[in-house]
Amino acid sequence: MALSDKMAQVTSRNAELAQGSIEGQAHTAVASYAVNVEHLNFFYGSKQALFDISVDFEETGVAALIGPSGCGKTTFLRVLNRMNDLVSNTRLEGRILVHGEDIYDSFTDVVELRKRVGMVFQQPNPFPKSIYENVAYGPRIHGLKNRRQLDEIVERSLKGGALWEEVKDRLHEPALSLSGGQQQRLCIARVLAVQPRILLMDEPTSAIDPIATQRIEDLIRELCVDYTIIIVTHNMQQAARISDHTGFFFQGRMIEWGETAQIFTNPRDQRTEDYVTGRFG
Amino acid sequence: MRERHGKSRTKGQWRGAEIIGYWALRSSLIIALLILFLILYDIVSKGIGVINWEFITASPRSGMTEGGIYPAIIGTLYVTLITIAFAVPLGVAAAIYLNEYAVQGRFTRLVRMALRNLAGVPSIVFGLFGMAVFVKFFGFGPSLIAAGFTLGLLTLPVTVTASEEALATVPRAYREGAFALGATRWQVVRSVVLPRALPGILTGTILGLARAAGETAPILATGAAFFLPYLPSSLRSRFMALPYHLFIMSTQHHAISQVRPIAYGTALILVALVCMLNLVAVSLRRRYRRRVARGL
Ligand SMILES: Nc1ncnc2c1ncn2[C@@H]1O[C@H](COP(=O)(O)OP(=O)(O)OP(=O)(O)O)[C@@H](O)[C@H]1O
Ligand SMILES: [Mg+2]
Repeated sequence: MALSDKMAQVTSRNAELAQGSIEGQAHTAVASYAVNVEHLNFFYGSKQALFDISVDFEETGVAALIGPSGCGKTTFLRVLNRMNDLVSNTRLEGRILVHGEDIYDSFTDVVELRKRVGMVFQQPNPFPKSIYENVAYGPRIHGLKNRRQLDEIVERSLKGGALWEEVKDRLHEPALSLSGGQQQRLCIARVLAVQPRILLMDEPTSAIDPIATQRIEDLIRELCVDYTIIIVTHNMQQAARISDHTGFFFQGRMIEWGETAQIFTNPRDQRTEDYVTGRFG
Repeated sequence: MRERHGKSRTKGQWRGAEIIGYWALRSSLIIALLILFLILYDIVSKGIGVINWEFITASPRSGMTEGGIYPAIIGTLYVTLITIAFAVPLGVAAAIYLNEYAVQGRFTRLVRMALRNLAGVPSIVFGLFGMAVFVKFFGFGPSLIAAGFTLGLLTLPVTVTASEEALATVPRAYREGAFALGATRWQVVRSVVLPRALPGILTGTILGLARAAGETAPILATGAAFFLPYLPSSLRSRFMALPYHLFIMSTQHHAISQVRPIAYGTALILVALVCMLNLVAVSLRRRYRRRVARGL
């Protein structure tokens, strides 16, 4: 989606909200964010994994989530597209708004939500199908059958994932014959094919080499013009390089959230400082 | 594995007790193989003589002392087909439910335990159950369908367990990838999980069927006939079957020593049939492995 479209959308939505309702003003602030998290608590069985998290993510740009292992970054990310629904015996308190809608509302269409909020995993996980079929998978399950349209989407998505040039002559070869870095870009292309507006990435470069990582970082910077990107990373330099905002997680709490430059040069919390300067974690 | 062991084995590493242990294990294997070989040799050497075109295409004649075993071959094929039609859809569906849909907990654990126990229930019990339920209660009478369903019940625990194992080997990452793209649970099962698990399901199922095809007890009271001059004409017909025919020829016939070669011939055909099914299973598995290696 082009930036101008998006702007038009946001503007029109704001206009809508401002027009009629008394609550218009309060909501305008909400609607210009892609995601609002309000007092989120999350439990695996009786074990609480996230504690009272409140944070807002803007419509565009990259937000990085950092923190030591086991502090709840993955859990948090999976709350945002309700992937945690797949884990039995979990419980959530608080409110998550995605584009202004409460996604844990009983009316929420989870399928539609996951189309809108795409996810890239830590380990590249292409399906054991051809490159083409991997990218066409999303549009296909959402009902698109027309071969020409599928071809178009596959090409556009692979270009979006910065992979087209490398695979255009071998679209029908197994996706698993690609290198790790290529597989991860394929997974990004596969997500782009369903035209999400938000991309969640859970350590997308931790399983691949530095050169491939470089390519994916470049790609993330390109994509963040059109998408909301929330990325979990263990790599401080990476967070500093590519993100606009950074959140520091520690033991299930979001200790600090702010502009990336501030978090890295002038953190307010001692624990944040210790972590970003490498004193623990 | 085996080669690596072989290479890393140097004389110095082996102590006396270990050598004895090694040979104890090794000779157990050799004894088992030897027994298997003897059985096969016995059947093949005594059975091969009677096998000719007539033996597999003609009906028994002269009080079953001459002629072939054609109706028994066909009967076994038919009843196996019914077993497939009964057990495969039901077993695979149950496995899909158990592995993909059911909330894992005490209930699923209980079901799995029950299945494992059911797989160990003697086949004669299944036979009597089939007689009570299919022959009597549903009023099928002794018939192909009653026997087929009974054999189906017998293989169901194996089919469900094997299918579930095959489903469980599909990596979680594939499922999550599909879910994250907005696939429904059924779409995930149909387009990602099943294609991947199918060869495993087939292999397990075929092995179960091969077992069922050779069973006598479950068909004894549910439809197998001592002798029929004609082929079964409908699902409600009685039928001859190889394992039952073999049982008759070796224990119930009025001239047992005279028909001994026919019994051996029948045994050989039955063993060959079961081996063929197993071969199909093995080759499916090999093709599957190659496909996995290629990543498609
Ligand atoms: N399925 C689960 N069931 C129970 N507890 C879980 C589950 N998944 C995660 N947890 C627990 O929740 C806490 C947060 O885990 P999470 O995976 O979100 O951490 P993380 O910050 O992503 O760690 P890492 O950096 O190692 O990936 C951990 O204590 C973990 O043990
Ligand atoms: Mg994690």
